[in-house]
Amino acid sequence: MRFAGAWTLRRAVAAAMGGLRALSGDDAYDRYLTHHAHAHEGPPMSRQAFYREREERKWSGISRCC
Amino acid sequence: MNKVAGVLLAVIGATALGGIALHRHEPINALWIVTAAVCVYALGYRFYGAWVAARVLAVDPSRATPAERYDNGRDFVPTHRWVAFGHHFAAIAGPGPLVGPTLAAQFGYLPGTLWILVGAVLGGCVQDMTILLLSTRRDGHSLGQMAREELGPFGGFAALIGTLLIMILLIAVLGLVVVNAMKHSPWSTATVFATVPVAILVGLHLRRLRPGRILEGSIIGVALMLLAVAGGGWVDTHPLLRGLFDLSSLPLAGFVIGYGLIAAILPVWLLLAPRDYLSTFLKLGTVALLAIAIVMLHPQIRMPALTSFVDGHGPLFGGKIFPFVFITIACGAVSGFHALVASGTTPKLIASESDVQLIGYGSMMLESFVAIMAIIAATLLDPGVYFAINTGAGVVGSTPAAAVHTISSWGFPVTVQQMQTLAQQMGEATLFARTGGAPSLAVGMASIFGSTFGRGLLSVWYHFAIMFEAVFILSTLDAGTRVGRFMLQDLLGHIYAPLGRTSWYPSVLLASALTVAGWGYFLYVGVIDPNGGVNILWPLFGIANQMLAAIALSVATGILLKSGRARHAWVTLGPLAWLAIVTTVAAWQKVVSPDPHLGLFAAASALAAHLAAGTLPAQAAAVAPQLIFNQRLDAWLTILFTVILWMVILDMARVCVRKLRGLPVSASCEAPYQPARPRALAIAGQVPQEGST
Repeated sequence: MRFAGAWTLRRAVAAAMGGLRALSGDDAYDRYLTHHAHAHEGPPMSRQAFYREREERKWSGISRCC
Repeated sequence: MNKVAGVLLAVIGATALGGIALHRHEPINALWIVTAAVCVYALGYRFYGAWVAARVLAVDPSRATPAERYDNGRDFVPTHRWVAFGHHFAAIAGPGPLVGPTLAAQFGYLPGTLWILVGAVLGGCVQDMTILLLSTRRDGHSLGQMAREELGPFGGFAALIGTLLIMILLIAVLGLVVVNAMKHSPWSTATVFATVPVAILVGLHLRRLRPGRILEGSIIGVALMLLAVAGGGWVDTHPLLRGLFDLSSLPLAGFVIGYGLIAAILPVWLLLAPRDYLSTFLKLGTVALLAIAIVMLHPQIRMPALTSFVDGHGPLFGGKIFPFVFITIACGAVSGFHALVASGTTPKLIASESDVQLIGYGSMMLESFVAIMAIIAATLLDPGVYFAINTGAGVVGSTPAAAVHTISSWGFPVTVQQMQTLAQQMGEATLFARTGGAPSLAVGMASIFGSTFGRGLLSVWYHFAIMFEAVFILSTLDAGTRVGRFMLQDLLGHIYAPLGRTSWYPSVLLASALTVAGWGYFLYVGVIDPNGGVNILWPLFGIANQMLAAIALSVATGILLKSGRARHAWVTLGPLAWLAIVTTVAAWQKVVSPDPHLGLFAAASALAAHLAAGTLPAQAAAVAPQLIFNQRLDAWLTILFTVILWMVILDMARVCVRKLRGLPVSASCEAPYQPARPRALAIAGQVPQEGST
């Protein structure tokens, strides 16, 4: 609760949205871009290509259970 | 402060458990169970889980995780612990903990509840957390890889075969649950069918219109699914459409099999991935809503603590309380399947080893809580109603009057009038013999939601619950079929190399068809079985799942011993010993019991004798040869599971004995230590860090 004083409603809503985006995987491409910017050279994959690859990879292994 | 909270939790938990113990012969409020569960989880997490993580697994936050070392912005991504918790929970939570506890309620509410709590805290949570950490320490290797590296080639092979078989049985039994939920119910059938085009629409949206806007796509999809529930109600009142969707189980099974085949062949973005986004949304939303509703409504439990069926004559499935309550609950307490998710996808998300307790132990705790809610939903029904919904026509008789008479004679009074009124309220033609657990859970959920959020909408809540379960199940079904396809392609590749190429179309077609044929066969036999089929398939699945858990715990125990932690090896050896006993006794009884209600060979012989004597009605005689063959096949499968189980255990014991005697054993495959970066830098997530705990 160290940051309690600094919280405003707007920041709380933004954090909730951020959490929801992270949980659903909505922000995966943004994270990839951030990662790419500081770790790699050359142009990054397009949004569409990134999602195509991500879904193929995710569904090639066991990712759902009983 | 922590100590005070701990003592307080212990007192509240003990009071709640004491309350449950003292209310044995009068109705008890569900709130006692919820309170006891929450306290047991909190204490288990805070003390046992934390102790295992710190002392036994020696979790080391200063050690870099694979997500940090291989960070590639794609599959290896250091993720905030609550986000990783969400992903992991969504992956492990399937229909298992909804169906198992519903079936186990035939013994009364007490045995199932106790095993869900004890089994999770001491077994399932420990297994999930241990495998998660071990895999994180091995660059995210799968359970099969770890078994091969740490025990030997046999362990790896056993894990592979076990996984493939359990997948086939799981899909078959889940398919059967969906078919039984849709049987002669135009509303349910129309709604469940409509979820397929909805998923495809969302898939197109995410691919073409707005690539990767998952949140937006999911919200549109969930809204359309809710619309499909309402639309199903309209279909139900439309004279022509009603007839079109009023299907018996055989054509429905055909549709499910066809759907499985198409979903395995189609590109994932079109059907499988969008369906999964929607299913995850619905899953998390409904679980949260159910928890709120149960606390708000705090219903009375009407089922007795123990029923007379603990002696082994239960109508839902045969077998005494020991070992069958443990086999039936399966996923809600210990699930071997979780070890497959905990090794593979999730370890690549772990930002710091200190998150392993929350993600591994915590997710399983929540899964166990889902099982507790399922058992509450099943036991708040009138026991007579519960048995009328869940017992096959082959057991109680095919007319309502006969069923009501049989069930009332067990001491659970129920009337035809009562069942008719209930069916009418739920918008169904009949609720008799709707085996599989889904309809009874839906009735329970509808009465909880209906009483909490509006009584007039019972039928809508009922069909919402059916849709929720079906979406859940179908996304396990298509993901499982796809995984089965890949495993089979891998195996076939050893015979003829091109068959191993995952994108070669003939190979895709062949492997998918073989996988679907595997589970399709069990589904078909389940559908023609007059006893409902679930009574045979679910225990078989339970045995397979507990066997897989025993394999995972063997790997864990072997690694603990090899790394010089023999003193603490009981943490996994204890649950392993228990599961080995339970699984072996259950398998033994399923194979050798002379009681046709329990023993598979006995059932086959009894049916064969009836067939030979000509005492079967024409319809039953027509399917009898297939049922006889299937019961024998199931018996041999059970024997195979037990043999695999004991060979893995002996393999593990061999490694352990060598280690204890100081003989050489295969080297540990743990990745060498690398120091972690400071935590704040490691996580690129957008969720702000909470204060240090």
